Parts: sequence; C-alpha cells; structure tokens
Amino acid sequence: MSSTAPFVVIDQVSLVYGKDGAGTLALQDASLTINRGEFVAVVGPSGCGKSTLLKLVSGLHLPTRGTVHVAGQAVTKPLKICGMAFQNATLLPWRTTLDNVLLPLEIVEPHASEFRRNRDKYVAHAKKLLATVGLAGFEDKYPWQLSGGMQQRSSLCRALIHDPDLLLLDEPFGALDAFTREDLWSILQTLWLEKRPTVILVTHDLREAVYLADTVYVISARPGRVVSRTTIDLPRPRTLEDTFKPEFMEMAHALRDQISHVRNTQ
Amino acid sequence: MTKPWLIRTLPWTVTLGSLVLWQLVCVVFSIPTFILPTPIEVIGSLAQYYEPITTHSLQTLVTTLVGFGLAVAFGLVLGLVVGSSRVVYDALYPLMVAFNSIPKVAIVPVLVIWFGIGTVPAILTAFLISFFPIVVNVATGLATIEPELRDVMRSLGARKSQILWKIGIPRAMPYFFASLKVAITLAFVGSIVSETVAANAGIGYLMISASSRFDVPLVFAGLVVIAVLGVVMYELFVLIERRVTFWATRGHELVT
Ligand SMILES: Nc1ncnc2c1ncn2[C@@H]1O[C@H](COP(=O)(O)OP(=O)(O)O)[C@@H](O)[C@H]1O
Ligand SMILES: [Mg+2]
Repeated sequence: MSSTAPFVVIDQVSLVYGKDGAGTLALQDASLTINRGEFVAVVGPSGCGKSTLLKLVSGLHLPTRGTVHVAGQAVTKPLKICGMAFQNATLLPWRTTLDNVLLPLEIVEPHASEFRRNRDKYVAHAKKLLATVGLAGFEDKYPWQLSGGMQQRSSLCRALIHDPDLLLLDEPFGALDAFTREDLWSILQTLWLEKRPTVILVTHDLREAVYLADTVYVISARPGRVVSRTTIDLPRPRTLEDTFKPEFMEMAHALRDQISHVRNTQ
Repeated sequence: MTKPWLIRTLPWTVTLGSLVLWQLVCVVFSIPTFILPTPIEVIGSLAQYYEPITTHSLQTLVTTLVGFGLAVAFGLVLGLVVGSSRVVYDALYPLMVAFNSIPKVAIVPVLVIWFGIGTVPAILTAFLISFFPIVVNVATGLATIEPELRDVMRSLGARKSQILWKIGIPRAMPYFFASLKVAITLAFVGSIVSETVAANAGIGYLMISASSRFDVPLVFAGLVVIAVLGVVMYELFVLIERRVTFWATRGHELVT
C-alpha cells in the first residue's frame, strides 16, 4: 500500500430523509474507515441504511450530521471516481453490450476527451474485460438479448471499465440464482485482485461477504449503526471449496449470530 | 388456431366486405344519393373530380405537415424542458392542462381575426391540436429515468447535459415516436376543421362547398381522401418508429 492514511473515513454520520429533519432517520452515528485497496462488505437487515451508506460515500447524498472523507477530501458533491453496480443491471437497452460498457469512458476524464480519437484502443480494452467475465462474443448483443446473469456481468464491466478507485456494489448478485451468483463471486475476486480498487459491497448473503471481503461490517436495524467489524483473514485467492471449510463456516455463523442479535434487540 | 394467411388477408376482406354491404344497403333500400351515395358513385366522383381533388388534397397535406412539423419541433423542445426540470413542470402544468382542454375549433375564429381566412389559421390549428401529446410523452419519457441509472451517471461526474443527451433523450424516443402517430392524426383533424370554417382551399373547403351544392358523392370522396391520407401518414410513422426504437419492444413488433 502506497499510503497509510485511510481512503474512506465515515465519521459519526447520520442521515435523515425528508425535509426539516422530520423524516426517516436512516443512519445514525455511523463510523467506519476503509483503507485503499480494501474490500469491505456491509451486511444488515433490509431497510437498515446500507444503500444510504453507499450514497453518502459517493456524495450522491450529503450527511445530515457528521462527515465523509474520501482520499483525504471532504465529500461535498458527487465523486467522479466511482464505479457502481446495483441489483438490477440498469443497462441501456438502446446500446449494445459493448457500447454499454464503454459508457463511463465517454464521461470520465481523461478518457472522454480522447474517446473519439482512441476508440479502437478503448474497444479493445472493453472486449478484453468482457472476455474475462465470460462474455466474449456477446459484444454486439443488446442487453435484452442476454440472461440476467450476463446482464449483471456487463454491469460489472461497466462499473470497472474506467479503473475506478472506488467500487460501490449494492447487492449486485441479489437477483441471481445460486450458481450464477457463485460464478460472479469468483469473477469479482479475480478482477479485484488484478486492479485492487477499494470496494464496498452491500449484501445480505453472509457466505458472499466472507468469501469476498477483507472486512465485514454489520449494521443494526433502522436507524442503522455500525455494530461490529470482523476481519476475514483467509488467504487469497479464495475458492468456492473454501466456503465449505470449518473456519469459513465459523465466520459466517458468527456473523449470522450478530445479525439475529441486532434484529432481536430492535 | 388462426392461420397466418387468414390474419394477413382479413383486413382486406373486411374492408371489401363493408363496401359491398354499403352498396347493397343503398340499392336494396333505394337510399337517395343526396343522403348516402353508393361506393360506386363515390368512386365515380373521385374519378370525375380527380384534378381539383388532387390540388385540394395537396393543399391539405402541406398545411397539415407544416403544422405537424411545428408541433414536433416545439413539442420536443418543450417536452425536454418540462421533463428535465421539476420547477418548469410545476410552473407550466396548470397552463398546459387548461390550454389542452379548450376545444381547438373554438380557437379558429380567433385565428381568423388575427390572420384572416386561408392557410395560416389551418396550419396553426393543426399545430395547436397536435403538439400537446408530443410534449406530454417526451416529458414522461424523461421523468421516468431509473434513479439508479442517474446515480451511475452522477457518480461518474456526468453533467446534467450529458445525462440528458446520453440517457434522457434516447429513453424518451419510444415515447416521442408513439406520440407522433397520435399527433399526425390530430394534425389532420386540425387543418381540416379550420379549412371547413375559414379557407378557400383544401379538402375541408372542397367538402363544405360540395355540401352546399348538395354534391354528396363529392363530400364522401373528400372523406375517402382524408381517410387514405391519415392511414398512409400513420403507417409511415409506425414504420419509422419500428426502425428507430426497435429496442423498446425488445426486437418484437408491438401490436398497435
Ligand atoms: N429517498 C428516500 N426518501 C425517503 N426515505 C428513504 C429514501 N431512501 C431510503 N429511505 C428509507 O431509509 C431507510 C434505509 O434505506 P436503504 O438505505 O435503502 O436501506 P437498505 O439498502 O439497507 O435496505 C429505509 O427505511 C427507507 O425506507
Ligand atoms: Mg438497499
């Protein structure tokens, strides 16, 4: 790691939806720090403010109280360094898979100004990325011609094409069947090991969290607070086989207990 | 099971059948021509007045297309503005609804006072009657962008104009083309209504003058021409819609 200062610092952050502070208290005094290149998973009961947390980190929402710093800078407007993927792939149906993946390059500098001139270079890069997620040969298909799993792969490629420093994933595999999901875990791990972006993954799947993350945060039911931080120090690359080993199971179970605890005390 | 050839020929069979039925009814009940001419008499009139009908139809077609063209340009711009700004939407909403609820025939006399009798009020009526559905549809297309998609764009640092250009406008296109089919039909209504009240050219004018001479077959010939023009224009826009926004129907054709 080049620097020792944390990359993301969330300090005593609260967020109230609605005007005049009269609305929903979605997040209360949440604090966490994330190092550059760290893979963080955030788990918690639904409605506890996980998506809200991602919006705060990316600057799409500003906190009601507290501060968010990314790369040493206070976040006061949407960051320009994020890649994002959601539960639904949100691809553009009028663009082919390739053109969907290229979208961020048309917006993010320095690529945007070079995009026209160096299109071939970018296309080659996008094709290579699509091939790593198993989508070689599907570049010219439209999203609606792809299965849900393939759409989600394209969506991951779109989130990663511009080598973002910060990757925000909001339950990206939530709508997929178990086999496709596990495929995508390995793909995501491979991609992450290659470029080492800082990742915040929101999930409700504890095996997913333990398989992928360096650190797992558990958030309590609404109003969300960070109730625990667990370091997963299993060696990488992890395999799907590993997920059935005792030490892996132990960690997943420990998390499970914490979650049922925060749900019951609510 | 419905056979494909049946589906393909059915529209023609039904149309022809109705004509035959119409002819039969006229003959059997010996309905006088000045009440309801037979299809054969209407076709005869079409042939006899071929030249004036062509001139007047062209007049109506051009009037309609100019009015429609204005409606497309104006409707698209207004739709984009209204759809991308909550403030503008709220500000204009009452005015637009109020305007849309005025029957456009009622505006023709005003237009005549301002512009005199002739082509201008017809063009303006066609424009006024057809721009509203375009505005509403384009605005709807913009306003229904998925919030996640907006988040993806904003977290890449996209400007508002980039979001509009790369997502908003393509997203609004199916809505836009769907509204064109409605708008072109309405534009015909507008120009013809105006021609029947305040013009000295156009199909509407031709029909009104034929009717005052009790030349009922010619009135019906006018109706036929209007129907044909309407169908041709409608189909033209269906064709364009299919080519431009095939992705909205996931490559399948919509049943319209
Ligand atoms: N835009 C919004 N306006 C009002 N309330 C919201 C909004 N977004 C989320 N909420 C509320 O805030 C709480 C946390 O939401 P969210 O962060 O989406 O939870 P999670 O992603 O953990 O399921 C929920 O109770 C939700 O209803
Ligand atoms: Mg959520």
